[in-house]
Amino acid sequence: MISILLRRIASLIVTLIVVSLLIFTVMNLLPGDPAAIMLGTSATPETLAALRTQMGLNEPLIVRYLAWLAGVVQGDLGQSYTYGVPVAGLIVERLAVTLPLALMAIVLSVGIAVPLGVAAARRHNGLFDHLAGAFSYISIAVPAFWVGLLLIIAFSTKLGWMPAGGFPGWNAGLLSGLAALLMPAVALALPQAGVLTRVARSAVLEVMGEDFVRTARAKGLSDRAAVWRHALPNALIPVVTMIGLQFTFLIAGAVLVENVFNLPGLGRLALQALSQRDIIVMQDVVLFFSALVIVMNFLVDLAYLVIDPRLRVAT
Amino acid sequence: MAGIFRRPVLMIGLVVTLALVGVALLSLVWTPSLPSKMNIVQRLKPPLGLGGLLGTDQFGRDVTSMLMVGAWNSLSTSFLAVAIGATVGSAVGVIVAMRRGWLELIVMRGCDIIFAVPPILSAMMLGAFLGSGRFTAIIAIAVFMVPVFARLTLAAAKQIWARDYVTAAIGIGRSKAKITLVHILPNISNQIIVQVTIQLGLAILTEAGLSFLGLGMPPPAPTWGRMLADSQTFFGQAPWLAILPGLAIALAVLGLNMLGDGLRDMLDPKAKAG
Repeated sequence: MISILLRRIASLIVTLIVVSLLIFTVMNLLPGDPAAIMLGTSATPETLAALRTQMGLNEPLIVRYLAWLAGVVQGDLGQSYTYGVPVAGLIVERLAVTLPLALMAIVLSVGIAVPLGVAAARRHNGLFDHLAGAFSYISIAVPAFWVGLLLIIAFSTKLGWMPAGGFPGWNAGLLSGLAALLMPAVALALPQAGVLTRVARSAVLEVMGEDFVRTARAKGLSDRAAVWRHALPNALIPVVTMIGLQFTFLIAGAVLVENVFNLPGLGRLALQALSQRDIIVMQDVVLFFSALVIVMNFLVDLAYLVIDPRLRVAT
Repeated sequence: MAGIFRRPVLMIGLVVTLALVGVALLSLVWTPSLPSKMNIVQRLKPPLGLGGLLGTDQFGRDVTSMLMVGAWNSLSTSFLAVAIGATVGSAVGVIVAMRRGWLELIVMRGCDIIFAVPPILSAMMLGAFLGSGRFTAIIAIAVFMVPVFARLTLAAAKQIWARDYVTAAIGIGRSKAKITLVHILPNISNQIIVQVTIQLGLAILTEAGLSFLGLGMPPPAPTWGRMLADSQTFFGQAPWLAILPGLAIALAVLGLNMLGDGLRDMLDPKAKAG
């Protein structure tokens, strides 16, 4: 168990380093001088030279990469050019919106998908199964940001029940914070729920045919109890896997949905950094998002070990 | 082919996709009016009235025409991106399946890494240097597609390499490259075609997202994503501007996904739609 864990952690670290190298290379080897891009066309040669020195652009590439990496490891992501504050602080501040949003979306999507998938599997090929199938087809095809727009039209513009966007900040109280994130989370959760419903359904179908479920039924367990106590826990592995695999899309969806609802999250930060040409912020945010996806997949791997003891044997 | 009529998923997918491609191609030669033609007097007219079939936008432009040209823009961008991603990814996949060993380890790790950067973010990175536009969008989506196809073709090709007839071909001294061309590629092409169809749907969703953020084709070219972005100012007066382009995206993706699933069921009865 320990050796598996150590090996996984080692591979996680290597992956993270390669990702940082990749992002750094893309951001620094593409045509265009980052300092010139940040300053725009009106910059004088003097300010350009000053910024180049400040950003360390005169150093060799490898030195700059190692300096950046060393900073990242110590939690120093550099200074934002436009905000004039450390990027690490900016990210933490914006994460307070993006992280709860993503978590709410995951909880909502699992909350919709698992009962729906289980119910569909129990009525295999019945009307409910087909309806659930239609639901997943449609929700997968629908862009999350469009769902966001529709929710705003229905619940904010027409009915006036919900705020159309913006975020009051967590200081304004937990409830108003959660209320501001509710519609964005629903928009983000819907496409995920479609994917997860399919996975949950086919996983339950598969497990229901297995011996231990038949044994449980033979012992006199009701159909419902057999599903919830025996089939479902085993069906969760593919569901958890899919949450991990879908995490990239959740992040991408969050970038869009944050922009629909004007939420001051990481996705908006990235887009603002792009329009303000704040290369350092972009580089750090992209690294952060990618690291998040990689760590999430790592955690999913670990979750297997917890859910399924059979996988704990070293191979 | 007679089986098509007994497969409702495939039928619906095929009809929707063909209709979409038809509309996109039609827009190249005919639209009800010029999609860029402004007519301020007729601005924000609802559908089925003075504003034509699907109404007009804030500049009085005909929404039907914009959606039609948008179909072409969205479809051609997505198709190019998937074509590049599928070609490069499949090539990587079959070559790795031929060589295996450490190359497989490195390429698979590389796939994980590329897959960790969502196309929206790589489009932003590329956009900062190359400028936003169709080229950036295509590259960003294509890069993300490479690992998808590399993984798929590697897994599929490995299975074929284990077959007896391939062992026989090795036995008679055929080169690995020749075996790949003669035995491997033809046997995995169905799976690649199915995946292309499904990834086209994903590419359309991504392209719409990029255009929505202003990272897609620049104005005045109408795109579904930017139509949605522009609609945000007119929710109260003109909700159809926010509803119609989204419906177009959803319908296109739904059609392609159903076509992909239907093709998979028909071409590969053993594989379950998952």
